Amino acid sequence: MKQPLLNVENLSCAIGSVRIADNLNLQVKAGHCWGILGPNGAGKTTLLHALGGLHPIDAGSIRYRGKPLEGFTPKSLARERGLLFQTELGGFPGTVFETVLTGRHPYLGSLGWEQPEDLERAAQAIEQVGLKGLENRDAQTLSGGERQRMEIATLLAQQPRVALLDEPSNHLDPGQQIIMLRMLKTRFTGTDRALLMVLHDCNLAIRFCDYLLLLKGDGEYLAGSVESLATAEHLSWLYQHPVSLQHIDGYACLRFQ
Amino acid sequence: MPRHPLKKALPLLFLLVLLAIACLATSLMIGSASIPAADLWRLLWQDDGSVQYRIIHELRLPRTLSAFGVGGVLALAGVLMQALLRNPLADPYILGVSGGAAVAVLAAMLLGLPLIWQAPMAFGGALTSTLLLFALAHQGNWNTSRLLLTGVVLAAGWAALISFILSLSPPMQLPGMLFWLMGDLSDARYPALPLAVLAAGVLITLWLAPALNLALLGTQRAAALGVEVRHLHIILYVLASLLTAAAVSIAGAIGFIGLIAPHMLRLLAGSDHRILVPGAVLIGASLLVLADTAARTLIAPMQLPVGVLTALLGVPVFLLLLNKSYGKRT
Repeated sequence: MKQPLLNVENLSCAIGSVRIADNLNLQVKAGHCWGILGPNGAGKTTLLHALGGLHPIDAGSIRYRGKPLEGFTPKSLARERGLLFQTELGGFPGTVFETVLTGRHPYLGSLGWEQPEDLERAAQAIEQVGLKGLENRDAQTLSGGERQRMEIATLLAQQPRVALLDEPSNHLDPGQQIIMLRMLKTRFTGTDRALLMVLHDCNLAIRFCDYLLLLKGDGEYLAGSVESLATAEHLSWLYQHPVSLQHIDGYACLRFQ
Repeated sequence: MPRHPLKKALPLLFLLVLLAIACLATSLMIGSASIPAADLWRLLWQDDGSVQYRIIHELRLPRTLSAFGVGGVLALAGVLMQALLRNPLADPYILGVSGGAAVAVLAAMLLGLPLIWQAPMAFGGALTSTLLLFALAHQGNWNTSRLLLTGVVLAAGWAALISFILSLSPPMQLPGMLFWLMGDLSDARYPALPLAVLAAGVLITLWLAPALNLALLGTQRAAALGVEVRHLHIILYVLASLLTAAAVSIAGAIGFIGLIAPHMLRLLAGSDHRILVPGAVLIGASLLVLADTAARTLIAPMQLPVGVLTALLGVPVFLLLLNKSYGKRT
């Protein structure tokens, strides 16, 4: 039995007065795609940051391939897990190519100089998100959707084993949402990678994820396969709003009453 | 095969080196006794016992090299503070660091402390001001807009104290004090000090450059990509404070270099610190050398405060570049 890429045991964490999770147990194995759903303010983003080692936890342990978070140097951890953030980039000028190239930082030597391989990977990542031709554009002049795709490209260049994505479909048009999520799933669920993403759109989560983590916002949670959790009953409980479920073209589709 | 993005910036760096050399030569040639370009090279290396040799070696060279060093240090301090606060408006002058140093020096003058105390007082004042700034603004995390606002308010507070000291001071002392407040390189006799500080600062900053590039993207992004953000912030803070304190204690409160030099380079070649650091240092150094040359020659035999000229040179250049880059974007 292969050990999980990300193993969370008895995790408790909070932000301010919000209990995000009490005694959370989670095993993210290679090839799996997890979706995190929950109402506004439930702490989905903070949980994602905690899993990435960017937010303190109150109790429990987070291990990547069996090794606790504290056992990693910052650079080695950045090769293990990568994050896609929801917040905007800072206000300094830089081109799309330069921004995507920052994803290679965990692999740079002590001189910090990018090698041809790093340049190649950044160029490939830009191509994969469909921004080829915009390499030399000032990143600040991109549209919201293009900027989101640039950030996805940065994560692709980083090539972490576990990708922690916060709202990857933000700012993307409906077609691009499907294209990007499909591409991310292909790239991060091979034999040695996994994907964990916070999503607002339950239909996207049902379509792309194998497992769901439902965060209620009071420390309660449910984790399990999409089949077991994507039901009208569970999602009505989660959002405190009546939901009905229909099947269209073989996919479960939600309708909020 | 994609090209390394920094390769296209190398010609610019080369041009800036040429510009710096031209500024240094201009500064050495111009003055009450002008020295022709043809003689300059020979006089630099060869003591022919002439008055010109003594003018160059005893008067102009120390002052010019000091201006070069101080200008570079101010530009570097600006780069570091802008990276720390992730705000292109950060600058030792605007954040009140220079103001703190000025208050300390003026107080020493008012109390009649010997001249030798001025540099240490300035150093202490600058450090105290930075400590105060961070103690007031650092509440668990580095909220950049809070830091910037705190700095601006501190600067206003120092300005009030400066006015207070000036109004208490005997009229005889006022010209010296005012001159010092606007920056003054006429007493800078030991260029080795600012040049050594500059060299050390540039080396450390270049070593940090990849981490600085990520820090501009935001604390969390930098941490996610493998930067030890807490350590980086502490190093930046200490280094920026030391550099500013050194510059202010040598040449007084000279503004705008730390703001304008990095910004000019960003508009020309982007924000990558591996180009930004050497480029901004060269621009800042050249700018201060030019400003100081103008300060001692424009209304010779009287001297102007160099800070007035850095502002007079810097403000229009800054506005022009800003205007041009926004025009390009729309």
